[in-house]
Amino acid sequence: MMNWNLYSRGDKIFAIVVSILIGMFTIATLYPFIYIAAVSFSSGFAAQAGKVVLTPINFTLEAYGYILKDPQFWISYRNTFIYTIGGTLMSLAFIIPGAYALSRPQLKGRRFFNLFVAFTMWFNAGLIPFFLNMRDLGLLDSMFGIILAFAVNAFNIILLRNFFEAIPQSFEEAARMDGANDFQVLWKVFVPLSKPAIATITLFCIVSRWNGFFWAMVLLQSEEKIPLQVFLRHTISNLSDDDEFAIVQTAAGFSAETVTAAIIVCSIIPVLIVYPFIQKYFEKGILLGGVKE
Amino acid sequence: MSDRNSDVGGIPIEEVVVEAQEALRDRSQTRVPDKNWVKVLDHFKREWQIYAMLLPTLIWFVVFLYKPMYGLQIAFKDYSIFRGVAGSPWIGWEHFETLFTNDQFLRAVRNTIYISALNLLFGFPAPIILALMFNEVMHATYKRTAQTIVYLPHFISSVIIAGIVITAFSPSAGIVNTFISWLGFEPIYFLTQPEWFRPIFVGTGIWQEAGFGSIVFLAAIAGVNPSLYESAVVDGANRWQMMWKITIPSILPTILIMLIIRIGNVMEVSFELVILLYQPSTYETADVVNTWVYRQGLQSGQYDLAAAAGLFNAVVAFVLVMTANTLSRRFSRTSLW
Repeated sequence: MMNWNLYSRGDKIFAIVVSILIGMFTIATLYPFIYIAAVSFSSGFAAQAGKVVLTPINFTLEAYGYILKDPQFWISYRNTFIYTIGGTLMSLAFIIPGAYALSRPQLKGRRFFNLFVAFTMWFNAGLIPFFLNMRDLGLLDSMFGIILAFAVNAFNIILLRNFFEAIPQSFEEAARMDGANDFQVLWKVFVPLSKPAIATITLFCIVSRWNGFFWAMVLLQSEEKIPLQVFLRHTISNLSDDDEFAIVQTAAGFSAETVTAAIIVCSIIPVLIVYPFIQKYFEKGILLGGVKE
Repeated sequence: MSDRNSDVGGIPIEEVVVEAQEALRDRSQTRVPDKNWVKVLDHFKREWQIYAMLLPTLIWFVVFLYKPMYGLQIAFKDYSIFRGVAGSPWIGWEHFETLFTNDQFLRAVRNTIYISALNLLFGFPAPIILALMFNEVMHATYKRTAQTIVYLPHFISSVIIAGIVITAFSPSAGIVNTFISWLGFEPIYFLTQPEWFRPIFVGTGIWQEAGFGSIVFLAAIAGVNPSLYESAVVDGANRWQMMWKITIPSILPTILIMLIIRIGNVMEVSFELVILLYQPSTYETADVVNTWVYRQGLQSGQYDLAAAAGLFNAVVAFVLVMTANTLSRRFSRTSLW
């Protein structure tokens, strides 16, 4: 749109200054991650003394050794995968058919059902009634409970419903001519045509499951069921006031700081691996789900 | 975006025609009493599949979102675990009277509003400024790379964010205090001092969300008519003037809608991050309504009182969101849903 060669001197200076500012913000965004990575590879002594700034001081893998030897780390890592994959599949199993039904003009009470779903975006009962309900349902400390209870949300259903509604009728009619029923129309026409929207919702589900912390902390008691985020939290809050740990660590080459940093690195890595692939979806996705019309 | 001409009040025109025809036919025929039943049965026989698809989702909403709303009645009851929601005796507004004479609760309400106001003041303009700046960056790869990086923190869990903050602000080991001691000052115990909680919390929010939040505004900027810039160039305007005279006015509706959404969410301070960052010594400035509810209800077991506080929060939020939607309808033809 704009040609650099047509820029005046002032415009060029402006563009360069802005680029530098953007660069500074980008570095400020990136720096904490680099810092944490540097801490994780530093010796416990250097980290405790605040010597780490940009690169590891007295490079060591002791903190990782400590983490990777902890069976609880692997258990919670596995659990996070179970919650993420199971939860996302569960979400899609509810959301795709639900959104399809809500998008059908022939659905009686369509207006009511849409309001029934949307109302939960504006009003929710809050933490306590939700918790008591989970208890009454016998879903405390249940992995299945976590997967089921957070499967659906109004926003994702409405996002997909809007997308379904925008699909031209002619696509459906062709399938109907061939005698397709609703399940077939959904599966063979709507789902393939809605790949971007479904990818977006899948992405939202994966991210919220991978990062899910609060309810996992509240609802799960057994250590063998907790996800990585809860394990990370336990570690951060326990390590620093654990005297026994303090004695062990002086002998070894790690500290509460380096161990915390190492867990952070371990739990970010999968996000970093997937991130480049999902990027093209979320930019479109946020706009799909954003302002309607 | 559907073709407006083919819709009547949002209902596809075909549907309206069919309905009208049916209405005429109904009127012209003598009514057989059980004809409606036949019609309804017929409809379900033909369309049972869409109801079958809707049913699981409906049940889910009832079980996980509407049943807790029924459970909200404990806000007006003396709830006991043994008697259950329905069996506990009614006590009217007693819990609300307790709440509004409870200093800690009132403090939590004030903190919620205060933190939201700071978020609005500093957190809201940040992504707009960032988007405007991205729009001025000419080097495509540089811009792309920067965008990729600044979106990233949005995808990082609040536990990790809190872990990073705790590590970075630690008095002995943290990088922030390392810098402070380089400058020759005494280390600051950031996370135990109430006056530091809000700046750290709001700053963390900006660091985490400003990049991702800029996507919406970048999309709005991309939608600005290029001919506006072309004629501005002919008129000899520079980039700074174009930003103020063209870009910002063009994206004003988006800014307004996002602002209204933010105001609607004033009661929604991300309490997960608060729980992860606060401690008893910073409750004074950090404790928000939902963290108070969490401690009173889930940690101390005062379910009824905590539910009342949650209900208060939800009602205020509901009124705000509804007002926000009405406002956005008025300002633009766009409603939020």
